[in-house]
Amino acid sequence: MSSDFQRQMPGGQSADQSHWLYKVHLDPILLALVCIVLGFGLMVLFSAAGEQTSIFDAQFRRVLAAMAVLIIAAQLPPGIYMRWAPFVYFLGLLLLVLVLLVGVKVKGSQRWLEIPGVLRFQPSELMKIAVPMALAWYLQQRVLPPSPKHVFYSLLIIALPALAIAAQPDLGTSILVAGAGLAVLLLAGLSWRYLIYAGILIAAAAPLLWQFALQGYQRQRIITLFDPESDPLGAGWNIIQSTTAIGSGGLFGKGLLQGTQSHLDFLPEARTDFIIAVVGEELGLVGVAFLLLMYLCIIARGLVLAVSAQSTFARLFAGALTLTFFIYLFVNIAMVSGLLPVVGVPLPLVSYGGTSIITLMASFGIIMSMRTHKAW
Amino acid sequence: MAVALAIKDPNRERELIARRAIAFFVVVVLCVGILVARFVQLQIFEHESYQSRSDKNRIQVQPLAPPRGLIFDTNGVLLADNRPSSALGIVVERIDELDAVIAELREIIALSDEQVEQFREAKKRARRPGEAVIIADNLSDSDIAALAVNRHRISGVEVITQLQRYYPQGAIAAHAVGSVRRMTERDLQQQDEAAYRATQFIGKRGVEAYYEDELHGRPGFQQVETDAHGRIRKVIDIDPPKVGKNITLHLDARLQQAAVDALGEQRGAIVAIDPKTGGVLALVSKPSYDPNQFVVGMTDAQFRALSESAYVPLFNRATNGQYAPGSTFKPVVGLAGIASGAMQWDTQIDDRGSFRLPGGEREYRDWSWTVDNSGGQGMVDLRRAIYRSSNVYFYDVASRLDVNYLAGFAEDFGFGRNLAVDINDASRGLVPDPEWKLGAKGEKWYQGDSVNMGIGQGDLLVTPLQIATFAAMIANRGKTVRPQMVKGVGAMPVPDASSSNSSHLTSLTDEDWQQLTAAMEDVVHLGGQGYRGNGTAWAYIGQGIGYRMAGKSGTAQVVEIRQGEEYNEEELSEFRRKHAWFMAFAPVEDPQIALAVLVENGGGGSSVAAPVARKVVDAYLGSPVVMR
Repeated sequence: MSSDFQRQMPGGQSADQSHWLYKVHLDPILLALVCIVLGFGLMVLFSAAGEQTSIFDAQFRRVLAAMAVLIIAAQLPPGIYMRWAPFVYFLGLLLLVLVLLVGVKVKGSQRWLEIPGVLRFQPSELMKIAVPMALAWYLQQRVLPPSPKHVFYSLLIIALPALAIAAQPDLGTSILVAGAGLAVLLLAGLSWRYLIYAGILIAAAAPLLWQFALQGYQRQRIITLFDPESDPLGAGWNIIQSTTAIGSGGLFGKGLLQGTQSHLDFLPEARTDFIIAVVGEELGLVGVAFLLLMYLCIIARGLVLAVSAQSTFARLFAGALTLTFFIYLFVNIAMVSGLLPVVGVPLPLVSYGGTSIITLMASFGIIMSMRTHKAW
Repeated sequence: MAVALAIKDPNRERELIARRAIAFFVVVVLCVGILVARFVQLQIFEHESYQSRSDKNRIQVQPLAPPRGLIFDTNGVLLADNRPSSALGIVVERIDELDAVIAELREIIALSDEQVEQFREAKKRARRPGEAVIIADNLSDSDIAALAVNRHRISGVEVITQLQRYYPQGAIAAHAVGSVRRMTERDLQQQDEAAYRATQFIGKRGVEAYYEDELHGRPGFQQVETDAHGRIRKVIDIDPPKVGKNITLHLDARLQQAAVDALGEQRGAIVAIDPKTGGVLALVSKPSYDPNQFVVGMTDAQFRALSESAYVPLFNRATNGQYAPGSTFKPVVGLAGIASGAMQWDTQIDDRGSFRLPGGEREYRDWSWTVDNSGGQGMVDLRRAIYRSSNVYFYDVASRLDVNYLAGFAEDFGFGRNLAVDINDASRGLVPDPEWKLGAKGEKWYQGDSVNMGIGQGDLLVTPLQIATFAAMIANRGKTVRPQMVKGVGAMPVPDASSSNSSHLTSLTDEDWQQLTAAMEDVVHLGGQGYRGNGTAWAYIGQGIGYRMAGKSGTAQVVEIRQGEEYNEEELSEFRRKHAWFMAFAPVEDPQIALAVLVENGGGGSSVAAPVARKVVDAYLGSPVVMR
């Protein structure tokens, strides 16, 4: 593989690769964009936290820790990721089984593994990276586009963890994990026809899924999506309040710290999953558009880095992580603005909370690693 | 094909992935476009409706209860005050598990089992929907602080600080001033709902009820910003409430106290009126109750004890107790006799202790009648008939009067009517006449009915307020007196009700009034005349009196005594004993107070009621404050 290295290099050495950050395996453009979004997120969180400044402090510390994780992840060469891919995947799968058996239950979901007094973590979070990594490893060894047999095994690799996570139940993470896996498959050239067939199949099976696969509360969330007023104080409350917050923000917003919906507690989960509503209320359409533009730039840069990476594994892995990031933000924003049913997905790099920001920053570190390491 | 699959072409793969990445990016841009479109829809096109929705969320208009007007006595003594009081209330509608909330509350502040029990009872009572049910009253500062610290633990619980009615005089003036009660949904329906939106208590008795409109004031409103839990964060705009008007009564708190003391432990009523103005100086009904209990709230057991007591403490005997007037009615009969020309002041009758209608079988007895027939007052004229309270004389007069004339005469003195200006629930009593009897009993009027009426018995019913009014009208020489509680509303004095001579009374001369007054003075002051010569009340009140008082006693039978039947007063049960009456006015030369005393089942009017009246008048005329 190393013999291919020179030939696989893109045509001209672009200017950015001479940047000193490249020597420490960091991409300055992506890093700058991520820092802008992180800063924007901290600013919004500062407003949403109101008098509880400890929330801002905690998030700031997490951002610093996550930055360290990004730097470390970027230092590991792609070869290491590839070699460890199957082991990490199977370890993750094992942990997911353990979660189902002995996990800690929080708010009705069994998502956590705990070694009392030492640490507590969500194995499903690991799978957001492990699944695309394992698939990239699996497909790297096959001829692309993959044959039906390999597509089948690939789907199996995706389905096992996705179903285990959905059983916790944690639909949001399950969607992200499955999305990450499917992204690898599609990048690897999976025929669009499969996608169309799958779409038809799901549409046909929808009534059965509705009846058997979805929990009662999940069905309620879908009903709520189409008619929030059907249960204005229960399931519909969140969506009514978040759309009210966004809509009342108008073009320029009410100003930081001035959002009545969030500061008077009408908006639930204002600091976590629903923080985009705070952006909409306080900074208006302008603020939302700016954030979306930054996100779009991050995705564009991620894809550029992925495409220009030096191996199929690296391209698939980095591309899939970038697309996972997109799924993250799309599901979250569409949910808060009332386009999708409520699923527990945070707004990437902005929502308050530790786990998702660490995973995301690790992903960006990996994306950079895939592009910046020369020999591996 | 299978072989071809095994060949990996890195360049082809790289191009494939690049193409796919570009395709993905197009999808991403489209998706972000959808999101942008959605936000444009929400934030630009639907902005206004969401803006108003957001305002409706946070901005609420809350009514502010107006402070209720205060009630003062004639000298400025507070009879009804407002005091700030903090209570802990639970909005039952906002709570799912009441028991859990109560358990939580008990960890924060001390709540007795009794308070919890009381709360559960109060919860069942009628109230306005969404109104907090009080579980603890008169919270201490430390309770309020503890609740504030723990308020995140408990929703649907409110500390309500409001001005609450307080009656400093307690039971003493309860029936005179009346009281407020907690508003029910029915009260709200009967009132202007907008005006009462924030009001919790409404006047239900006495002055508090009659002057409700003046006392209540006008509610204010405040625009507040509230959070999702309904807590006020900011007051945006305020339109303060208009305080209710203060009211000054004619009532004299010291006289009221003296009247309560004079009655002591006896059941009964005292009404004292200023004959010049009709102002009610004292209005006592015993037993009484503490009106503050209705404000603070009481247990069902406490309320039952009040409402079901055989002594009916909640009943206002002074204005609503209806009794036979007994001998206090005799001046009406006497004056009717004079006015009609049936007899003169010097017309004499031989009172031998009993009276028979011409051709009648029934024997009507004098109070002094004895078995050996040695009773009677001897030769009596009207004056002696009054101060000796001769029954036979008035049997005779009544038997010679047209009953309709007598009834009309009585009504001119306010009997069978409510002359009061501002006591609209005062009872009218009953002045029977042939038409009434036919309607109510289906019987024709017998001459005997007139005879009974002559001594204030039979179907005749009067209230202590009416007797006091009657006394005031005698003091006023026949000018109509209309009793009135209130002297002034706000800064405005209430004009006295106009007084004029009523139709029947105009035929009476000054001479007649002087004669009657002299006869009533004799009731009190004529002493040392030996056996059957003294005024009936002289022995009890006529000595050591520093002013001239005109009075008339009455002893009203409660049970009818059948012909020839003997009875022993001592053996009659408590509630069947005679009622003792005394009416009076003083000083005779310039009447300042006219009053009626009723002692329920007290016995003789002169021996029981007259001393009470004397104490009250002593207190009034002897008091330096009211010296005029």
